[in-house]
Amino acid sequence: MMIEQRKKLTVITEAALESTLGPVLLEQGASGYTVTNARGHGSHGARDGGWSSSSNIRIEIICDYPVAQAIAEHLLENYAKNYAMILYLSNVDIFRPERF
Amino acid sequence: MDPVILFFALGLLAGLAKSDLRLPPAVYELLSILLLLSIGMKGGVELAQQSMGNLVPQMLAVVAMGIVIPLMIFPILRTVGRLDKPNAASIAAHYGSVSVATYAVAAAYLNTSGVEFEPQMALFLVLLEMPAIMIGILLARGLDNQTSWGRLAHEIFLGKSIVLLLGGLLIGWACGVEGIAPIAPLFFDLFKGVLALFLLEMGLIAASQARSLRSNGLFLVLFGLIAPLPLAGIGALVGWSIGLSVGGTTLLAVLAGSASYIAAPAAMRIAVPEASPTLSLTASLGVTFPFNVFAGIPIYHAMARWLHAL
Repeated sequence: MMIEQRKKLTVITEAALESTLGPVLLEQGASGYTVTNARGHGSHGARDGGWSSSSNIRIEIICDYPVAQAIAEHLLENYAKNYAMILYLSNVDIFRPERF
Repeated sequence: MDPVILFFALGLLAGLAKSDLRLPPAVYELLSILLLLSIGMKGGVELAQQSMGNLVPQMLAVVAMGIVIPLMIFPILRTVGRLDKPNAASIAAHYGSVSVATYAVAAAYLNTSGVEFEPQMALFLVLLEMPAIMIGILLARGLDNQTSWGRLAHEIFLGKSIVLLLGGLLIGWACGVEGIAPIAPLFFDLFKGVLALFLLEMGLIAASQARSLRSNGLFLVLFGLIAPLPLAGIGALVGWSIGLSVGGTTLLAVLAGSASYIAAPAAMRIAVPEASPTLSLTASLGVTFPFNVFAGIPIYHAMARWLHAL
């Protein structure tokens, strides 16, 4: 079985951005992404997910390093200033490498 | 006292006391869908029974009101409130736009008091939602930059509340009283029960906004308490001058005095990201909405009666 290493970029941000970010991620070279609802507490206060204006999402993108870097740079430059946004990168071992 | 208002008070108290009470988001979503469709269909059914004669001039007057209100509030927020441009524009958009929940409470209040109102009020509700948001974006951004109006128009015109209200209006209008009868038990008979549950959750949400009041300054609290009165006065004057009944005038005053907390925050978050959503939501949801539910609606009704007695 083929197992290879890729990067997983995780973006935790405001649900209001979901429809905006989707196309941006694909433009920056992601082959796909996964969105889940999230809630928590941070510098923007408690974001409890109770209703649309205070809910968070977690976007996960599996890609190679250059793409992760391009996406992260784009997000930091254009959105991080005005929106709640946490970004981090991790290593993942993936199956079916041709998909990423 | 109307039980729906007590439900709101219960939610507010439970929220302020940090109870773990919470409606699941999907239930809240369903309740708001039911409310929007009920309001739309009720208007549509009744519109089908009457001539549309003087509807167009009335609609124009209502849209003009939706444009003028944010333009009036903006300079006050800039000078008296010393807010920066994006925040002043965003709050102006919230207060120019309308709150469906406040409208629903007011409609229930009028029904309980046996006061009739025109069916086109549901249409005015739809019309008033949009112009102020456009004006708010223009005030913050001007015309000269890269705001993507296509996407924003999509966001505003195809937002959930507009689609459901207009869709409900058209369905009600197309089916008429008899056609709607089979689904009336769900949408009309249960209206107040649905509204009660919805307001319970609204109380919890308002409490979570009200908690950030202390950090956001006295001005916003005063603005949220005082602004609804002159704004409702404008609404009452417009309603009276376009020939609405006492009930219709009351509802237009309620619409003018209410502040949006769904459509405007969503649009502003995308179009004017520099504006803090906490500031505008604290004022509209933490102060103005409770004020209107507890005290504003009877005051606006009195305003309308007074104007009609002149």
